[in-house]
Amino acid sequence: MALDRWIALVLLGICLIYGYTAWFTMDDALAPFMRRNPIWPSTFPKVLSVLAIIASLVILLGIEKGEQKIGDIDYRRLGDYKIGQALMLLGLMVAYALLLRPAGFLFSTVGFLVGGSFILGERRWIMMFLVSGLATGIVWYLVQVVLGIFLRPLPGFLVGG
Amino acid sequence: MLEGLLIGLQTALSLQNLLMVIGGCLIGTFIGMLPGLGPMSIIAIMIPVAISMGDPSAALILLAGVYYGAIFGGSTSSILLNAPGVAGTVASSFDGYPMARQGKAGKALTIAAIASFAGGTIGALLLMVFAPALSSVALLFHSAEYFALMVVGLSAIAAFAGTGQVAKAMLMTLLGLIMATVGEGALFNQPRFTMGLMDLQSGFGFITLAMAMFALPEALFLVLKPKDAGSADGEIKDLRISRAEAKSIAPVIGRQSIQGFFIGVLPGAGATIASFLGYAVERNIAPKKEQEEFGKGSIKGLAAPETANNAACTGSFVPLLTLGIPGSGTTAILLGALIALNVTPGPRLMLDEPQVFWAVIMSMFIGNLVLLVLNLPLIPYIAKVLSVQRNYLIPFILFFTLMGAYIGQNNATELLLLVGFGIFATILRFADYPLAPLLIGFILGGMLEDNFSRSMQLYDGVSFIWERPMTLGLLVIAVILVILPSYRARRAKLRAQGVADGD
Repeated sequence: MALDRWIALVLLGICLIYGYTAWFTMDDALAPFMRRNPIWPSTFPKVLSVLAIIASLVILLGIEKGEQKIGDIDYRRLGDYKIGQALMLLGLMVAYALLLRPAGFLFSTVGFLVGGSFILGERRWIMMFLVSGLATGIVWYLVQVVLGIFLRPLPGFLVGG
Repeated sequence: MLEGLLIGLQTALSLQNLLMVIGGCLIGTFIGMLPGLGPMSIIAIMIPVAISMGDPSAALILLAGVYYGAIFGGSTSSILLNAPGVAGTVASSFDGYPMARQGKAGKALTIAAIASFAGGTIGALLLMVFAPALSSVALLFHSAEYFALMVVGLSAIAAFAGTGQVAKAMLMTLLGLIMATVGEGALFNQPRFTMGLMDLQSGFGFITLAMAMFALPEALFLVLKPKDAGSADGEIKDLRISRAEAKSIAPVIGRQSIQGFFIGVLPGAGATIASFLGYAVERNIAPKKEQEEFGKGSIKGLAAPETANNAACTGSFVPLLTLGIPGSGTTAILLGALIALNVTPGPRLMLDEPQVFWAVIMSMFIGNLVLLVLNLPLIPYIAKVLSVQRNYLIPFILFFTLMGAYIGQNNATELLLLVGFGIFATILRFADYPLAPLLIGFILGGMLEDNFSRSMQLYDGVSFIWERPMTLGLLVIAVILVILPSYRARRAKLRAQGVADGD
């Protein structure tokens, strides 16, 4: 089975769960006076779930025939591409998300930018730190000082909170 | 009117106000380029500055300049990085980004600048002529028609995904609509489908989803297949557009200025719907050969949404200035600023404070001109973004997507959602699922449901569909749009097999 039909299968599952919630469990919590309304919080989701189930079945059963196209990247030969780098960058993004608050904006961002360049094969350390440090400083200044959106610059223990 | 024009010109051409326009356009362009900061947030940030000036005309002129600048800046990041920071410029990335990848970034930015200028200027002309009359037309549209109009928009988008792809595009649109129902709806004071997670209470963030659908997969593709990055070597070839190209986009600009303006007048529609609808319409009426170019770097496909979104921005001022009803989030913020400055927009604005009304219109002309004059010479420098080395460019794109998602919500969970959706979107792209419909469905989902619910409540059921002829007509068009591509494909197939089909 081709990837697009596998995806349709997964989406069908999601839509079935969504539809089950909308049709059978959601309305239990509805206040009695709301039941007299012509529209319930579940009305629109009910319509959507039915339409989405039909659409995913059309793809899954192959009713609409389209020509098989291979896009920019052929997923059957993922090993030929730099999949390791991509996965490491995704890991780095997750680490950034988790460290942004505890480590503060300046440290985590410099770390992210240097780490990203390193994963991609850059080895000129001075250049890397220079560019990342400068960019981090400018962005922090713009966001915090000019726009007035709070970004904690340093780890909590250094600024007492 | 002539007297009004002269008053407006006099006000807008004072040194202070000219500086306001120029400053506003510059600030708007530069902040608008950062993904994640749309016109709404930029204007919100500028309000304290505007109010502290005390002069309503100057304040409104500054904010209008920021608005235009932000829309243009948003197009820049759509075209160069495929990272649309504003819903209204998503459609610009469909053809703008492929152009940039083919090394025509300069040309794409030039077309964007010219199309924006034309859309904004023609829009301002129409605003001058039609403002009073149009406000009464907009009042004829009820929630039932808005609902139907959005259904037409969504079907048009699914339909233009191409043959063999309609079901996929439909599924993606529906998935977007489903995602929009997560969280607390406006009409029901009850969280839905949050799975008990507090972070989902307010639903998914638009910016997070936009970054995850466009910027993140794009960056990952650049990592996976490095030689593609080389195509954008930053060399700015053919900045100028040829005479033939100008000739081919001129009718598009003309049509979309008018269409975009009128869509912008409808409260709630605005630049986003105008740009998508403009793209869909131009694709459908283009000759067969040019239709295949759409999505691969067609200049018409770039000019259409760029013109339409600027014209719609101008159009959205009509209900604000003539009725005092803001048609979009951005104009709602402007309304707040005006009230703080002791100006009440409404039918009496033109009579009581003509200098404010006309100065705004004149500043639109000046603002558009300033944007064109400022941006055309800057284009080679802006496009230099692409010549940054891949080892540095990719971490920076990823960083800006993360920042965009973070600034909007100030919530680190949003970043994890971004990565999760980004991976999901990349897999969808592997299997050739179109991602734009998902995002469009998500953007329109809230409005669609609100209008649907309101009509259901007014008519005590679904009878509004057949009791309002305009609604019925629009819905019939929507159904035809969805069925037509498969019908055409089937007929073409039958014909190819030599089966006569009667005509």
